[in-house]
Formats: sequence, structure tokens, C-alpha cells
Amino acid sequence: MSEKVLMKGNEAIAEAAISAGCLYFFGYPITPQTEVAEYMARRLPKVGGLCLQAESEVAAINMLMGASSAGTRAMTSSSSPGISLKSEGISYIAGCDLPCLIVNVQRGGPGLGGIQPSQQDYYQATRGVGHGDLRLIVLAPSSVQEMASLTAEAFDLADTYRMPAMLLADGALGQMMEPVDFSVFPKRELPEKTWATNGTGGKRKKNIVNSLFIEPDKLEQSILARYERYARVEAEEVRFEEVMTDDADIVLVAFGITARIAKSAIAEARKAGVKAGLLRPITLWPFPKKRLSELADTAKAFLSVEMSMGQMVDDVRLAVNGKRPVSFFGRTGGMIPSVEEVTAEILKMSESL
Amino acid sequence: MKTVFDRPAALSDVPLHYCPGCTHGIVHRLVAETIDELGILDNTVGIAPVGCSVFAYNYFECDMIEAAHGRAPAVATGVKRTHPDTVVFTYQGDGDLAAIGTAETVHAATRGENITVIFINNCIYGMTGGQMAPTTIPGQVTTTSPYGRKRSVQGSPIRVCEMLSTLDGVALAARVTVDCPKNVNQAKKIIKKAFQNQLDKKGFSIVEVLSTCPTNWGLSPEDALQWLRDNMIPYYPLGVYKDGEALRDDAPENGQ
Repeated sequence: MSEKVLMKGNEAIAEAAISAGCLYFFGYPITPQTEVAEYMARRLPKVGGLCLQAESEVAAINMLMGASSAGTRAMTSSSSPGISLKSEGISYIAGCDLPCLIVNVQRGGPGLGGIQPSQQDYYQATRGVGHGDLRLIVLAPSSVQEMASLTAEAFDLADTYRMPAMLLADGALGQMMEPVDFSVFPKRELPEKTWATNGTGGKRKKNIVNSLFIEPDKLEQSILARYERYARVEAEEVRFEEVMTDDADIVLVAFGITARIAKSAIAEARKAGVKAGLLRPITLWPFPKKRLSELADTAKAFLSVEMSMGQMVDDVRLAVNGKRPVSFFGRTGGMIPSVEEVTAEILKMSESL
Repeated sequence: MKTVFDRPAALSDVPLHYCPGCTHGIVHRLVAETIDELGILDNTVGIAPVGCSVFAYNYFECDMIEAAHGRAPAVATGVKRTHPDTVVFTYQGDGDLAAIGTAETVHAATRGENITVIFINNCIYGMTGGQMAPTTIPGQVTTTSPYGRKRSVQGSPIRVCEMLSTLDGVALAARVTVDCPKNVNQAKKIIKKAFQNQLDKKGFSIVEVLSTCPTNWGLSPEDALQWLRDNMIPYYPLGVYKDGEALRDDAPENGQ
């Protein structure tokens, strides 16, 4: 496909995954991401792949683990409560150094919460998904185009660093329609999966996919080796977008759908004479902490805008490291902040600069 | 001199960690002999569980995956569906397969996943030190049923083969034991059939092996075998509960 297609965000994820060579999908229905599975169920059998509906999120993530262990590019998708269920499997996948894609089209929590868009799973995605020392590469799309392009990118990043990647979207991005161009995804040179367990073929010694190290020194060594790769990801894969930060007194930090609202709000603030800018993290892990630290030398204050009670704001504070005040504004439970609300917050902040 | 008894090529030349008198070693050998005899070592992928056989990935010479507790059938599904030409087996204990992994077991079975499941039932959690299992029999004392399992308190044990034999996806559900040479030979025959079924694309095959846990039962190896005969076999009768083929439509194996 070389022209733009009008698509729902969830469908764009599915089509992009197929374009990126992912022919296997394991999932379980949950609002507001079910269109991913439905699209996969329609399309994959036509291209020689398989969409398998599992008996649970737990089973789906473990099917993904099996597929990935065998060296196959594969994915699962869910929404917040379902990701909680997948957490166990994600920990094993991380501990086994398996590349794959996990999509979270977030909804409101905690518990059953609601089905409206939310960004309440930031902590979960960047720190708390599954037990143990582990990281996921977390990509946060802000448009339907990015739902597609970052899906394709996530697979390559996962393969390059041999670790799971998560696309952290939300119900608004999943449900809204925008034009998408599928012809623009760059291809990476990817390492061969010499570790895959898909039969020795009599050509090599057996492979073992495993996260168990009963001797503590060996477990520590395995984690240190993994963290060396994590350090490479932090050094090489940070992605973000900046809007009018050069002369900004107030820098907003927002990701996903919220960044679009923030973008409108900084334009409104500038009309009112306040120099506001935006830093939009595209990778939530690795977080653009170096760039934020640099901005703290020129900007006077920061405002983290989120659809939660304030989670990413912790990372902003860590990056700014006390150099400048960091404020937070958010709506939660499925409520979306309005441009007016965010603009008012910027103007209020500007009074005390 | 002619060699009449040797280690199967599929069994790794390493010391097993199992307790003296435990029957895991016998079952490992039967699985390895089967892999040798069917000539499938090069394309077999084994899935180890959590429990006493957690280190099974060190004991078989084929590719191995160590799954989370109870999830082996789901992991096996992921391997088999993406690589239909591999031979995939899981090796699971009673806690793994019939408690925490019940959903994964039942649904892999009902989907007719073309995999082989080796199920070790010894009525107890061995690795964690002798707790009540889903298959602990009524009256049996364990560290978490210290007054004996009571149906009114802990409920009744699960007869896995009987339960799974009701599912259309199951090709083979059979219970064997390894308490004596005759039964070891029978177990071997059934285990081989469970692998052959997979090569013949017949669907989900499970072999339940009644096994002993002398350490946690507090019995000598010999007394443990007798306890198995006196207590387990009456509750879990040996036999073939289903032998046929999974019901399928015309879709190819990976569901395309």
C-alpha cells in the first residue's frame, strides 16, 4: 500500500504488524482493543498466518512466548486489565530474552475501571509489568499513523535488542480514524535468531529458552548481561518530538493523545503571550531524560500533562532533578483534559514565574 | 561385546537431581527412548514445567523451553502452531497441570492441539516440600492437609484423564504407572503411541503416569511403590480412557 488509507487506530496496528511480517497473533477480547484481534482474524488466514483466540490473557501471552521461543515474529494485544493478567508471562519473556510485541490500548482503572481512554498504565509499562529486574521498550504513539509506524518499529527494536517491546496506546487512539501511509516504514538489519528452539535440525547443539538460574551468582550474571543491552537501548533508542521549546519558559511534557491536546494548549498560551513549548516522549522507556535535563537549563518550569493522577511526572522530576519546578495537570478515569483546561494551567503557572 | 542396555541418545549424560526412588527418572528414560526410536530428536521441542521436573530442560537433548507454572500447554501451542513440523511435548506434574494450569490444559486439549503431554501424578507437591496437590487423595496427609484431605474442606481430587476424555479435541487419554517391569513396558507403549499420534496429526495426547514421591510421602522407595498400588491405583484406575482422533474440520494444522 503506497497511498493513505483511512483507518481506525486499532486496525492500523494490525495492518502494520502484518506489513512488518508478523503473521501470528494470540489474543483475548477486551474493549477498547478488540478490533486488533478482529482485523487479525480476518486478514491473517489470507496471508498464511494465524490468529488464535486464547482461553485467557494468561494463555495468550504464553502462546506468544512459545511462538517467540521458536523464533517467530508474533504479538498479542490487550487493554489494561488484560495486561495485568499478562504480567506474569511478560516477566518470563523478559527473563528468557525473547523479542515480541505486546500492545496495550489503555482504559481507565484500577480494577475493572472503565472503557474510556486513559494513561494510567504508565507505571506498569515503564516499571511494574511483572516481577523482577526487567525493562520493556515502551513506544507511545500519538496518531493513527504512529500506531502503524511504531508497531513496525517495535518489532525491529525487540529483535535488535532481544527483548519485549510494548506499544502503549489508549482507547482514543485505538478507536479514532485517521489516514495512514503504510509505505514509509524503514527496514533494519536484524540479528539472526540462533537461540531459537524450533528443532536442532541435527545441525547444532540444543537450545534452551529459560529464565531459571538456581545459583544466585549465575542469575546475577544473566541480569547484568541483560542490563548491558538495556544500557545500549538507553544510549541509542531514545525518541521524542519537540515543539517550540527553543525559547519556551514553560515546557509541557505529554505523550500519546494527551500530547495533541498539549500542542493546542501551547499555541493558545503563546497567543496569550506566554512562551510555552512541548516535549513529547515517543519512547517512554528509554525516557528522554537527557534532553529534559538540558531543557531545564533554559526553561523556567515544567508541566506534565497526563490522563492519570500523575505518573510520568515522576520521570520528569527525576530528569529535571530539582533544577526547575515541575507541576502536574491531569484528568483520570477516562476523562480527557480539554485544551482550555491545560491552557488555563499554563497561564496560571506563568503568573508565578 | 554386544551392548544390550545403554543411555538413550535423547537423554542427556548428566546426573539427574531427583530423590532416590523417585520415578521421574524412569519416565524421563521412556520419553527419551521413544524420541530415539521414532527418530525425532532433531525436530523435537520439549516444554519443562515448574515443580520437581523444572530442570527437565537439562535432561533431554532436544531443544527445550522452561515455561511458567502451569503454562506449558500454552507455550507448546505457540511453538506447534508456528512450527507444525516440530514434535512438541510438555512434561508436567500434578500441581502444574491440574491446579494452576487447569485452564491451559483443558483448552489445549479441547482445541485438539497436536501435542504430547506427559503428566506425572504423584498426589503431592514435591519441589516445595510435600503440600496438598489437586490429586491428593481423600484422607492423605500432606503439610497443608495435616489432618488428611477432607472432601468437605479441600474438596475432591481431579481425575484428569477421565475429565479430558470427554473433550472432542483429545486423541489419547491414558493412565499408566511404572511400579513394576510389566507396567513400565505398558507405559512405554502408551508414551510411544502418544508421540506417534502427533506424527500422525491425530490431536491432543496425554499420558498420565502414576508416580511415587518417597521423600515427601515419608516412605522407603519400595514402600512407596506399595502405597501407590494400595491407594492410588484404586482411586486412579489404570487404562485407556480415550483412543481415537481429535474431531476436526478440513482446516490445515495451523488453522489457516
